[in-house]
Amino acid sequence: MIWAAVLVTSAGCYLAKLAGLSVPERYLDSPRVRAVAALIPVALLAALAAVQTFASGQSLVLDARAAGLAFAFVALLLRAPFLVVVVGAAAVAALLRAVG
Amino acid sequence: MTTQSWPVQRRKVLRDATGIGLAVGTYGLSYGALATTSGLSVLQTCALSVLTFTGGSQFALVGVLGSGGSAASGVATALLLGSRNTLYGLRLAPTLQVRGARRAVAAHLTIDESTAMAVAQDDNQSARLAFWATGLAVFVFWNVATLLGAVGATALGDPKALGLDAAVGAAFLALLWPRLRDRGAWVVALLGASVALALTPLVSPGLPILAAGVVAVAVGLRIPAVAQPAQGGGAT
Repeated sequence: MIWAAVLVTSAGCYLAKLAGLSVPERYLDSPRVRAVAALIPVALLAALAAVQTFASGQSLVLDARAAGLAFAFVALLLRAPFLVVVVGAAAVAALLRAVG
Repeated sequence: MTTQSWPVQRRKVLRDATGIGLAVGTYGLSYGALATTSGLSVLQTCALSVLTFTGGSQFALVGVLGSGGSAASGVATALLLGSRNTLYGLRLAPTLQVRGARRAVAAHLTIDESTAMAVAQDDNQSARLAFWATGLAVFVFWNVATLLGAVGATALGDPKALGLDAAVGAAFLALLWPRLRDRGAWVVALLGASVALALTPLVSPGLPILAAGVVAVAVGLRIPAVAQPAQGGGAT
C-alpha cells in the first residue's frame, strides 16, 4: 500500500509539473487560479503542523510535541535555519519526556 | 539588464545554485529521518525523493501516513500541495523554451527553488542557467541527504524518545513560514489549522488536512487579491 502511494504521488506530481510547461499560459494563469494556488500550500502546511502536533489518532492531546512546536515558532521568529528549528523542536520534546 | 559580463554572472548563478542545494540538503536530512520513523522503508523514502522530488508533497504524504491516515488521503494531500508546481511551469515555459526530452527533464526539476532562482534573474540566459543549475543542485543534495537521513534515523532507535514526532510539526511550520507574508496568508493558515483540528475527532485521519485545502480553495476563489504565487524558499 505504501508503494502504491509512493508511485501514485510521484506520477501525479510529475504530471502537475509537466502540465505547467506544456499547457498554453492563458488556460490557467488567471488571478483567481494564482490566488487559490498560493493559498493551498498555506492551509495544508498549517493544518499538517497543527494535526502533527495536537492529534493522536482521532483525539486531540497536549503533550511534549506542543513544546517542540513552540520552540520552532520562536526559532523561526529569530530566523533560525531549518535544521536548527527541526532538531531543536525534537530536542525540546525529548528533554521534556526524559524529565517528565 | 545586467551590467556584469557573462562569465562573472555565470559564476554567481552557479555559486548561488550550489548554496541553495546545500541548504535544501538540510531539509532532505529531516525528510529522510522523518519518513523512516513514519513507517516507510529506506528504499521507499529514497524512491519518493527521486521520483516525486517536491519536498512539501513528500513531507505531507509521510506525515499523513505516519499519523494513521489512509494512503488515499495522504496521496490526495500530496497532490494538492504539488499542484503549485503547475503554476511554476506556466511561468517558466516562455523563458525555458523546452521541447521533447528536455521538457520532460525540465518538468521534473520544476520546484520552488529552481523557479524562484530563475524568475529572480534579469535576462533569459541567466534565468535558464539558474533554473537548470538550481534544479540539478537541489536534486543531487536532496537525494543524498534523504539517504543519509533515512539510514541515520533507522540506526538511531526509538523515535519518540528522540522527540522525532515533535520534529514533524516543526518541519511543517518551517515549510509554512516563508509563505506567511501578509495578513491574508496568516488568516488562511489559522483557518486551515482550526478546521483540521476541529475535524480530527470526527473523521478519519488525513481527511482533516484535505478539508483545510478545501478552505483554501474557497477563500482563494472569494478574494483573489489576497495572494500572489509563493516564490521564495519554503517547500522544495
